[in-house]
Amino acid sequence: MSFLVDSVIMFTSQVLFFGFGWLFFMRQLFKDYEVRQYVVQVVFSVTFAFSCTMFELIIFEILGALSSTSRYFHWKLNLYVILLVLIFVVPFYIGYFVVSNIRLLQRQKLLFACMVWFTFMYFFWKLGDPFPILSPKHGILSIEQLISRVGVIGVTLMALLSGFGAVNCPYTYMSYFLRNVTDSDILALERRLLQTMDMIVSKKKRIAMTRRQMYQRGEDQNKQTGFWGMIKSVTSTQTGSENLSLIQQEVDALEELSRQLFLETVDLQATKERIEYSKTFQGKYFNFLGYFFSIYCVWKIFMATINIVFDRVGKTDPVTRGIEITVNYLGIQFDVKFWSQHISFILVGIIIVTSIRGLLITLTKFFYAISSSKSSNVIVLVLAQIMGMYFVSSVLLMRMSMPLEYRSIVTEVLGELQFNFYHRWFDVIFLVSALSSILFLYLAHKQAPEKHMAI
Amino acid sequence: MASLDRVKVLVLGDSGVGKSSLVHLICQNQVFGNPSWTVGCSVDVRVQDYKEGTPEEKTFYIELWDIGGSVGSASSIKSTRAVFYNSVNGIILVHDLTNKKSSQNLYRWSMEALNKDSSPTGVIVSNGDYDREQFVENAVPLLLIGTKFDQIPENKRSEVLTRTAFLSEDFNAEEINLMTGFTDRKRFNFKSLHYD
Repeated sequence: MSFLVDSVIMFTSQVLFFGFGWLFFMRQLFKDYEVRQYVVQVVFSVTFAFSCTMFELIIFEILGALSSTSRYFHWKLNLYVILLVLIFVVPFYIGYFVVSNIRLLQRQKLLFACMVWFTFMYFFWKLGDPFPILSPKHGILSIEQLISRVGVIGVTLMALLSGFGAVNCPYTYMSYFLRNVTDSDILALERRLLQTMDMIVSKKKRIAMTRRQMYQRGEDQNKQTGFWGMIKSVTSTQTGSENLSLIQQEVDALEELSRQLFLETVDLQATKERIEYSKTFQGKYFNFLGYFFSIYCVWKIFMATINIVFDRVGKTDPVTRGIEITVNYLGIQFDVKFWSQHISFILVGIIIVTSIRGLLITLTKFFYAISSSKSSNVIVLVLAQIMGMYFVSSVLLMRMSMPLEYRSIVTEVLGELQFNFYHRWFDVIFLVSALSSILFLYLAHKQAPEKHMAI
Repeated sequence: MASLDRVKVLVLGDSGVGKSSLVHLICQNQVFGNPSWTVGCSVDVRVQDYKEGTPEEKTFYIELWDIGGSVGSASSIKSTRAVFYNSVNGIILVHDLTNKKSSQNLYRWSMEALNKDSSPTGVIVSNGDYDREQFVENAVPLLLIGTKFDQIPENKRSEVLTRTAFLSEDFNAEEINLMTGFTDRKRFNFKSLHYD
């Protein structure tokens, strides 16, 4: 009986998550496009729903809600479904939509989509070889094989995003890094842009007029018969077309210049808006947060280095450690079990909510930046794949943040994975990503003021 | 050559509706084989004989300013685009007949182009309920072009044509619908426009 009730609760929450994913898709991602293939929307919402259900199950685990057998059952079910979606459904549809965009392969869409899927599976399988993920006693088609690979990809993604985010966040928030842009700078650039456009226009006018005259002369020439007439027409068109190709080259160069000027102007406008924003109250608040985050970022990089250098893997989670410290050093006595449950619930809840929100915002920004009406379907599916893998691996990594008694279900369900490996891998990739982001941002920052000095 | 009068016409519309191909067709009399994204603005010129054959015949340069980007772009991009909207003689609004959103976005495009003086930050407040009266008093002639007509299945064509007829009435604009390959030039008559 209780199993039925639990299943109903789970199902209702899944439907709710599905609805949320659907709305997010419609209102945020596909704001400016028309949804023609509803399959894409369904697949995206399903991936989102099942990922959120996993998080929900962790919360239930901590709170002790629902009976443990039904929790275990739903964990297994959820895991199977999400692996099915991430490994079979989404890559197949990605292949299908990519193939539909290429005109040559229109005839045998399904066949080529299957071929793409098989290539994906091959590389997906090969991914497991260089990593010491599993013990050899597991069979080929066991769930551990699939999860371990999904975990590797997801953890890499998480670490990359995390590293870049940790560095980029203070860089964007703090106004210390804002270049000084005045209105006159922008006006000067705009004037240059318009001048370049005028030059392009006048050259194109010359081309158009010359062509028109050649065309008219060509008609007149046709009336001239005889040997000399033919020679005359050949020579005059030759010089005409030589001239034209010269002017055309100049026009191409000017057009490239106009594009660069346009992009620079956009950059300056964006910086100017940021400067204005930083003077507001909100801006000042974010500036302060930026300093705080930069300290946090430096600390994280430091910890990652220590972990790698000293080959250390944290045995206890922050909650238990925090309680230990307060009990042993500060001498405050309180009911450990009760508080550990609530604190870990809050901590894990915060981690889950911020990671979901952060990922959705990043995905939306990414989507706006790179999508067009042709590729929007493919990009959304790729984002759904990333989202699914990200959420699966965050469950994997979250194990470390939970006290021992709650870790058991994750360990039980996900099987005998080498969890320590994932944490080490996360630290390595995080370090690499953070350091390269620092380098990248430094170079970009250095280069920009020099560009404007050249005006 | 420079003594000929110039006419500046903006070509506006969402990403991927076919503005660059259209401009190429008008100016080069050729179908554009390989269009890629337009960054910023690309201009092309056509020499046009106005009222050809009559005693008032005058030759003009028609400059077609094809502006890239989407209507939901960042405000920094919108402010930069605004420099192109000066002293415009006409606007061509292009939408994709297979994509309803591109037609709806035309309202916002036209507001952006016509209102550049009143909203310097690029924020357009009247998103859905734009003012029809504004378009009636509008001195700038508008032409509405719908592309990719042949990609619509036969049974949906009349429905699409009715919708675009309403759209062009809203804008108080002339309307033309085009095929994808743009091979059918007869459906395409620039002389129907007239400039004051």
